[in-house]
Amino acid sequence: MSGRNHSDLLKPSNAQRVGRVALIAAALAFLALFLLLPVTIVFTQAFSQGWAIYRASIYQEDVLSALRLTGLVAAIAVPLNVLFGISASWAITRFEFHGKSLLITLIDIPLAVSPVVAGLMYVEVFGLHGWLGPWLSDHNLHIIFAVPGIVLATVFVTFPFVARELIPFMQAQGSDEEVAAVVLGANGWSVFWRVTLPNIKWALLYGTILAASRSIGEFGAVSVVSGHIRGLTTTLPLEVEMLYNEYSFTAAFAAASLLTLAAIVTLVVKKIIEVTSGVHRHGEEKESES
Amino acid sequence: MAETKARNRWSLMTQSSPLPGFRLSMGFTLAYLTVIVLIPLTAILMHATRLGWGAFLHTVTAPRVLASYRVTLLSAAAAALLSAAFGLLLAWVLARYNFPGKRIVDALVDLPFALPTAVAGISLTALYAESGWLGRYLEPHGIHVAFTPLGIVMAMSFVGFPFVVRSVQPVLEDLDPAMEEAAASLGANVWQRFTRVIAPVAFPALLTGTALAFARAAGEYGSVIFIAGNMPMRTEITALLIVTKLEEFDYVGAAAIAVAMLALSFTIMLLVNLIQWRVQRREGKRV
Repeated sequence: MSGRNHSDLLKPSNAQRVGRVALIAAALAFLALFLLLPVTIVFTQAFSQGWAIYRASIYQEDVLSALRLTGLVAAIAVPLNVLFGISASWAITRFEFHGKSLLITLIDIPLAVSPVVAGLMYVEVFGLHGWLGPWLSDHNLHIIFAVPGIVLATVFVTFPFVARELIPFMQAQGSDEEVAAVVLGANGWSVFWRVTLPNIKWALLYGTILAASRSIGEFGAVSVVSGHIRGLTTTLPLEVEMLYNEYSFTAAFAAASLLTLAAIVTLVVKKIIEVTSGVHRHGEEKESES
Repeated sequence: MAETKARNRWSLMTQSSPLPGFRLSMGFTLAYLTVIVLIPLTAILMHATRLGWGAFLHTVTAPRVLASYRVTLLSAAAAALLSAAFGLLLAWVLARYNFPGKRIVDALVDLPFALPTAVAGISLTALYAESGWLGRYLEPHGIHVAFTPLGIVMAMSFVGFPFVVRSVQPVLEDLDPAMEEAAASLGANVWQRFTRVIAPVAFPALLTGTALAFARAAGEYGSVIFIAGNMPMRTEITALLIVTKLEEFDYVGAAAIAVAMLALSFTIMLLVNLIQWRVQRREGKRV
């Protein structure tokens, strides 16, 4: 001990260096086996009968309409959840009020509830045997086993994402700049557009991407309310399930490959935002503080 | 002080703010939550109460339902433990070491969040099936994964382990190296530094991540149903049982089982909040 000076204290010994390499190798092996293999097999299965079959599997009318529905649902659910996220985080981070922690807990509910239970909740309200079921059917309105139900279920499972990204971010940022703008005479909307939005844009984009990714891929909740009507109420993940259950494995994996590509794009965009903006920076060397 | 109180008598606010938009943002937030969460949640609870207490208990403790709890909870517990082990390993490696491709590894950890569960389900099934890339090496040794409880555990671990990594990694990154240096200068070896300095700080985060992984695993549907085989009493998870009840038009039965699952979800949420509250209190004391 006596021969060492301060900076040597944490210097790894040879044994520790071996340990480090072993841990990194174990982590990489786990990742390859557990994450890369499932992604790879999607593409090998999708292309197992060649490019022409792959193309034909995707250009089926059912798959294309499922793709359109998935796009439509995300295009409605994501903007709604962006509005909710901004509004909730403005209320929560810019004001002090009774029941704030209860409100934050409410926002976390979809992350704890099983997607199947989430879907069922809407069946209990809007389904034929639900609260509003008789009234809806009298007026010939369809929510369950129709597109509005799919949108509702998707909104439920994805609404926490934007809010949960913005709340800690806006909390950390504080409201000094906004208060200054108000004191200088700016009205509420110009404070939001000129001060708040430019400050939160990266965190907002990050949350939006998480919400969009989940909207595209949601399965359980949508499955319960969809009714699986081909060409009308099947989203792309449901189409994957139906093709798979019909033993059209290549077609199922071809459709799945589109969703996998979307997931990969999500990961890449997320990482780019993390690296360029500093939002959610994990695993990067931080600037030394001392 | 008295003046502020008087001004806010009709508002929820406990402290006045110069910023505008409280009523608008709060109103929209509450209206949204009421329509999307509170009304549907109440509907399902009300529907289940229609059964009456005796019939409710009878429904949620029927043998097939009990078997589904056993499968779900045991698999979720095993998956949570696996997730804790591998999540901790990945969080440690990402927080502590630098190596080529680290950014890619870090991005990949979120793959199970981004990959649709149905896709995870069919690709894991393809991997572990008898002729699959992994199944063909496991089956000859008598290790059956696809269509067994082990398959359920694998699918649940896949969706659960990122929760552990993302809970533990920031805590490890924020750990001040000075604390470890101090411990080392006092003669602590690697193991002592880990158990006495790092573990006490990282443990609450590990517990939170594991609880979140468990919650996700217990409610998981998409990635499990393809690999599970779905044999009643043996490999049927509770979430699937709810769907089965719905397909048989047993809406009340489905609602009753869903209420049992909700009770579990809320218990875990409470637990996670308690852990975080205790950590915050402890850190508050330290400052």
